[in-house]
Amino acid sequence: MDIVVLVKQVPDTYSERKLREADGILDRDAADAIIDEIDSRGVETALQLTEANGGEVTVLTMGPDRATEVLRKALAMGAHKAVHINDDALAGSCAVQTSAALAAALRTLKFDLVIAGNESTDGRTASVPAMLAERLGLPQVTFARSIEVDGSTLKVERVVDGGYTELTSPIPAVLSVTEKINEPRYPNFKGIMAAKSKPVTTLTVADLGLAADEVGLANARTTVIEAAPRPPRAAGTKVADEGEAGSKVAEFLAASRLI
Amino acid sequence: MSEVLVLVESVDGVLRKVTGELLTAAARIGTPSAVVVGAPGGAQALAAELGALGAEKVYAAESADATTYLITPIVSALATIAASAAPSAILLAATVDGREVAGRLAVRLDSGVLADVVDIAADASATHSVFGGSYTVQAKVTKGIPIITLRPNSVDATPTAAAGTVVPVEFSVDAATSATIVAIHTEPAGDRPELGAASVVVSGGRGVGSAENFPVVEHLADALGGAVGASRAAVDSGYYPHQFQVGQTGTTVSPQLYVALGISGAIQHRAGMQTSKMIVAVNKDSDAPIFEISDFGVVGDLFKVAPQLTDAVNARKGS
Repeated sequence: MDIVVLVKQVPDTYSERKLREADGILDRDAADAIIDEIDSRGVETALQLTEANGGEVTVLTMGPDRATEVLRKALAMGAHKAVHINDDALAGSCAVQTSAALAAALRTLKFDLVIAGNESTDGRTASVPAMLAERLGLPQVTFARSIEVDGSTLKVERVVDGGYTELTSPIPAVLSVTEKINEPRYPNFKGIMAAKSKPVTTLTVADLGLAADEVGLANARTTVIEAAPRPPRAAGTKVADEGEAGSKVAEFLAASRLI
Repeated sequence: MSEVLVLVESVDGVLRKVTGELLTAAARIGTPSAVVVGAPGGAQALAAELGALGAEKVYAAESADATTYLITPIVSALATIAASAAPSAILLAATVDGREVAGRLAVRLDSGVLADVVDIAADASATHSVFGGSYTVQAKVTKGIPIITLRPNSVDATPTAAAGTVVPVEFSVDAATSATIVAIHTEPAGDRPELGAASVVVSGGRGVGSAENFPVVEHLADALGGAVGASRAAVDSGYYPHQFQVGQTGTTVSPQLYVALGISGAIQHRAGMQTSKMIVAVNKDSDAPIFEISDFGVVGDLFKVAPQLTDAVNARKGS
């Protein structure tokens, strides 16, 4: 079973994240960059499936030069090879354009499954895996909290608002995983050393057969009109409990007409 | 005025509150049309209520297959209606299903999608609250029909009743490229409101200390008529089930009142609740970051403060 895992470099949620003043686009230089946590769970899922069923794991990312770091991290965890879509023309692409570039790259690869995280911590559209299923004409098996492979059928529990849904799907398919799927392994020293010599292929917009006017900020399907830092939420009243605080909160809520 | 399509969200034949919010937002842009995708008969049963919420038309995209396959029947139905109605926008709830439908639809209609917005304007531009509420961003779709997903509880439903005329829709589903829904399990929320749509949320964190102690949170939630939430720390420690997790990796909530009990307020938690209108926090640690965003903070023992507050709320209800 050959698997392609989508990984994304995102600003660390523990650092202060900013938008660029000029165009309201994420300032990727302003914050520490890491592999999105959910994507390391996607890599773990792929490693477990190939360990059980054979096959190779390819990790695929789209991003600038430094996004190579997340590919090396996934290779150190045990992925076999990596593909990096890297072209300045792609900067500022929206989710729809990103899915077009990822789908074009996936068409050049051999796979039984595409695995992604359910939602990135920066863009948070939670829709790119569904968009890829649409573009590739494959079933989407998304927001999975558990996965079982039974021959050429996938059985998945999908997490939805207020419960979960049991799904079955033929393979090949596009799968996305939620944080409940597993605990990702840490790369060991041997893995980190081995990652240095694993192959990383770079693809440009031209390699993908995309026209320059299909991608990038100037051609994005959505545009930012205005972006403003929200005025910091002012801290209100703070009291130390001296036995009456519960009643004081009730008075405060009543004064605010909340009870 | 051109039509604005709203995908109806319902559970077991009961409309979700967000559907009314979507119809109100749609009326700002044009004439709201509700779209019901499901088993035959469902749209007719909801038509009067949808009309009262402002839907001029109620499209009935119904077939036995519609509930068998994941996401694709809804995408197909909306794309079919969009082709004949030429709507000026398509609005969906920012739920798991809503966001995935929106994404696929944007690809199929070759347009753009604005995800998880907190407000929608008459020109179909929309407002995002990003990075846990630290930025407010206004954006618009520049190509094709704008497709927008609205965060539940962000817009107050202020309906102007309309006809609610049922219009049947023929559409096809590609079963070969769809996952099959085998079973749907609703995890019990009891009589409490749904977390994502509740106007009051009371959440417990690590400070609650154990699963056995969590009723202190539940009792306050019940007194306030609210939903129960939990921080990731509380969920990871096994105090409360995962479907109640509030935060970046759980449910994003935006209630009128958010009460944080024993939650320190890590940025990942704040990302999921910072747009709440009013925030009350109780924590032993006076330096807890949750106090930086609280309208009313109590430094103290939640096991003393919360029961006293619960009693005071119940007493006021009785009077």
